[in-house]
Amino acid sequence: MGVRKEDDTSAKIMAPKEQRRAPQCLEVRGAHTAPQRGDSLLLEKNYMENLQKLLPRLKKWLMPSEGGYLEAEGIEKTWRIKQEAIAREVDILSRKNQYDIVLPELGPYTMDFTSSGRYMAVAGRKGHLAIIDMKSMGLIKEFQVRETVRDVVFLHNEQFFAAAQKKYPYIYNRDGTELHCLKEHGAIMKLQFLTNHFLLASVNKFGQLHYQDVTTGQMVGNYRTGHGRSDVMQVNPFNGVVALGHSNGSLSMWKPTSSAPLIKMLCHHGPVSALAFHSNGHLMATAGMDRKIKLWDLRKFKVLQTITGHAKTLDFSQKGLLAASTGSFVQILGDFSGSQNYSCYMNHSIVKGYQVRKVLFRPYEDVLGIGHSMGWSSILIPGSGEPNFDSWVANPFETSKQRREKEVRSLLDKLPPETVILDPRKIGTMRPMRKKEKPSKQEREAEMDAAVADAKNSITRKKKTKGRNKPSKRSKKVQEAVERAKRPFLEEESSQKKKQKISEQSELPKSLQRFVRKTA
Amino acid sequence: MKVKVISRSTDEFTRERSQDLQIFARPFVGAMDGHIDAVSCMAKNPNHLKGIFSGSMDGDIRLWDLASRQTVCQFPGHQGAVRGLTASTDGRILVSCGTDCTVRLWNVPLATVIDSDCSSDNSAKPLAVYVWKNAFWAVDHQWNGDLFATAGAQVDIWDHNRSQPVNSFEWGKDTVISVRFNPGEPNVLATSASDRSITIYDLRMSSPARKLIMRTKTNSIAWNPMEPMNFTAANEDCSCYSYDARKLDEARCVHKDHVSAVMDIDYSPTGREFVTGSYDRTVRIFQFNAGHSREVYHTKRMQRVFCVKFSCDGSYVISGSDDTNLRIWKAKASEQLGVLLPRERKNQEYLEAVKNRYKHLPEVKRIVRHRHLPKPIYKASALRRIMTEAERKKEERRRAHSAPGSMPRVPLRKKRIIKEIE
Repeated sequence: MGVRKEDDTSAKIMAPKEQRRAPQCLEVRGAHTAPQRGDSLLLEKNYMENLQKLLPRLKKWLMPSEGGYLEAEGIEKTWRIKQEAIAREVDILSRKNQYDIVLPELGPYTMDFTSSGRYMAVAGRKGHLAIIDMKSMGLIKEFQVRETVRDVVFLHNEQFFAAAQKKYPYIYNRDGTELHCLKEHGAIMKLQFLTNHFLLASVNKFGQLHYQDVTTGQMVGNYRTGHGRSDVMQVNPFNGVVALGHSNGSLSMWKPTSSAPLIKMLCHHGPVSALAFHSNGHLMATAGMDRKIKLWDLRKFKVLQTITGHAKTLDFSQKGLLAASTGSFVQILGDFSGSQNYSCYMNHSIVKGYQVRKVLFRPYEDVLGIGHSMGWSSILIPGSGEPNFDSWVANPFETSKQRREKEVRSLLDKLPPETVILDPRKIGTMRPMRKKEKPSKQEREAEMDAAVADAKNSITRKKKTKGRNKPSKRSKKVQEAVERAKRPFLEEESSQKKKQKISEQSELPKSLQRFVRKTA
Repeated sequence: MKVKVISRSTDEFTRERSQDLQIFARPFVGAMDGHIDAVSCMAKNPNHLKGIFSGSMDGDIRLWDLASRQTVCQFPGHQGAVRGLTASTDGRILVSCGTDCTVRLWNVPLATVIDSDCSSDNSAKPLAVYVWKNAFWAVDHQWNGDLFATAGAQVDIWDHNRSQPVNSFEWGKDTVISVRFNPGEPNVLATSASDRSITIYDLRMSSPARKLIMRTKTNSIAWNPMEPMNFTAANEDCSCYSYDARKLDEARCVHKDHVSAVMDIDYSPTGREFVTGSYDRTVRIFQFNAGHSREVYHTKRMQRVFCVKFSCDGSYVISGSDDTNLRIWKAKASEQLGVLLPRERKNQEYLEAVKNRYKHLPEVKRIVRHRHLPKPIYKASALRRIMTEAERKKEERRRAHSAPGSMPRVPLRKKRIIKEIE
């Protein structure tokens, strides 16, 4: 069973904004440089043929490394392969990524990675915050805030991170200095950061959703979800829409500029316990307390697959593997047929009694981070990470100079909050014409005039005997024809007016309609 | 099972930087922590390679084992700061003196004892305590003899068995701050005093032999063990001056590079290079005939360096500083420690030869010459360069505007000398 996938999925992984820089979209780049002279059809055909020949070579240059894989041989099954067996086969550098950090004191841990996967922030429920450089495995900073920490999230780079603490969320810098206390948010359950929009989204104890712009400090949105407390929140990385899972089994999707949800859908018969988005934006996984994990197609909002099982936490990897975990058991599901049919790929059990709080794939690495009640662990999941990184998008080997450059560039490219919509591809396109539009008054008049002129011209003059051909009779006939031609137009107008009247009346209940003042 | 995971080596994705080359030169071997005040003086044990004595400002004297970097033995007794330490040539007697006006003679524990129990905290009792009239600043033992000289208000010559000096010299009223016996001629010693003078004494004569007055004070003197007529003086004006004792009107060489007063100096047993410690918190190694230093050592934690010593085999340098630590450095920064296999040694020799062969190439020269300096020192040296340049320009202009011949050019080797008195 292989994890290698066709390449079109890898192209979809990047968000559309990043896609123009990503090396994956070779075709688009090539098309701009295509020759435009001569017989265009023939040229295009030749060009496509050449491109097909060139593509493997270009791939070799621009996407030099292959992804990881785990293949079973003979009667082996991939889900029976243990981490120890993988550790024996892989190189020393990768073996360093398998470890367990046991910190029994400070309670279940949650974590977050930077977009490059280089840095990790961990937060213990009882107030332990730390930033770790994953390349050197060095602790950059750790400190104790001495109160409950519910969530931690990196802002645009490793220099800043936000922690949801007992009463308010706080923003710290890399040295652990408290920069901001965001009192308006209240007691936050879950935090998320919209990287392209520089928005910090949070949902608090009372089910209020807040959006704050971290560059200007402006509170962009503050909405009541109306479904009570919720600690299931996830940003769709494709379009920046925030999804919230509620205790009544429904799920709502929000954008920062409207107080009503974009989508409300009933997903489960029990409370929603976890939520994850595939980075291509088409696929969503939800888990409920009704012992179901559902995979949804977000284009049609329909269930693709229902898997039986509990999940406290879910996460999609860059290559589309789905990690689901409950208790002390982690299951990795994979889609190997290419038909959105997820099946078991790997299993992992941590020590019995440890409760997993969060699973998170490390970007650009075949590593899954597991935060649990006794610290955190890291295991190898071959084939989960994207092997080729684009240093313009996320660079795991970033120098401080590059980081500064990138910060400036990403601030210049910051998207306004209005661009968060369900289908961001609509931005920059024309609105389609309405199919049937009412003719304007002038048009109607012109039409009527034309009909009148037609009626006038259509009158044929017969040779009549003397005395029968009176001018008065002739003019009367013309008059009649004109009236006949005008009638349908006039009737239409009057009927519209009537309709309006009727609709005005019908707004009221029938019993009250008799009190309506009759206007002309 | 076939498995592959993403594995990126940092070398493939990052560029090599010029700083990466510096990794190979790691001169710092280790620090010896134990004193509770600044280390003021040190003495080598001529009979035992691993041992070194150090005295501190709180009156503590310790014998260290350089190999294990631990205190072997302590010599308690001094009431004030220990200012001078020296061991007899046979390595049996340690002489210490200090500001409490006492000279103390100690029995040095045998080498076997040092090796056997370095764990137990054993402290020695003084062999003899001689109280004298004035505080002492330095002491040095005669080579192959029973005499030692102390410096203080005057220069006193002592015998091991006599409680009073056998001889005293005085030339001027100022305090003598350092004294060193000549390794070749046992009866000759050189002292420096706070009246900016360097004096050479001959014990066979009743009065001092020669005196040289410089513009600034000399803090310490070291004789070249291989060319015993030459000595080098560590001066307050940030430079060291090598003199021929027979011809004191001109320095043989001026060794510049420090940016603050040079506090101590010691020659390598080979006589080809010497080490200096300075108030600017660095230790430098000079060639005996080079104007600039070959090597500069510093760490963030090392404070003002008060004493330095070359080890008796010439492969290590020991520095004692204000931060109460003794530090061991390699004399050659990039040398590989430990026993070398013949092939390793050949390889190193080959690499050394290659470096030597191509040292004139600008790319190679840049790397070989580059030394990272702490920012304050880097800035201070830049400032000094500007100052000397300005001075030189000013002098040039003066010369151009004065009568020809009225302003003769004085070489730097003579410039800092005021006069020589016979």
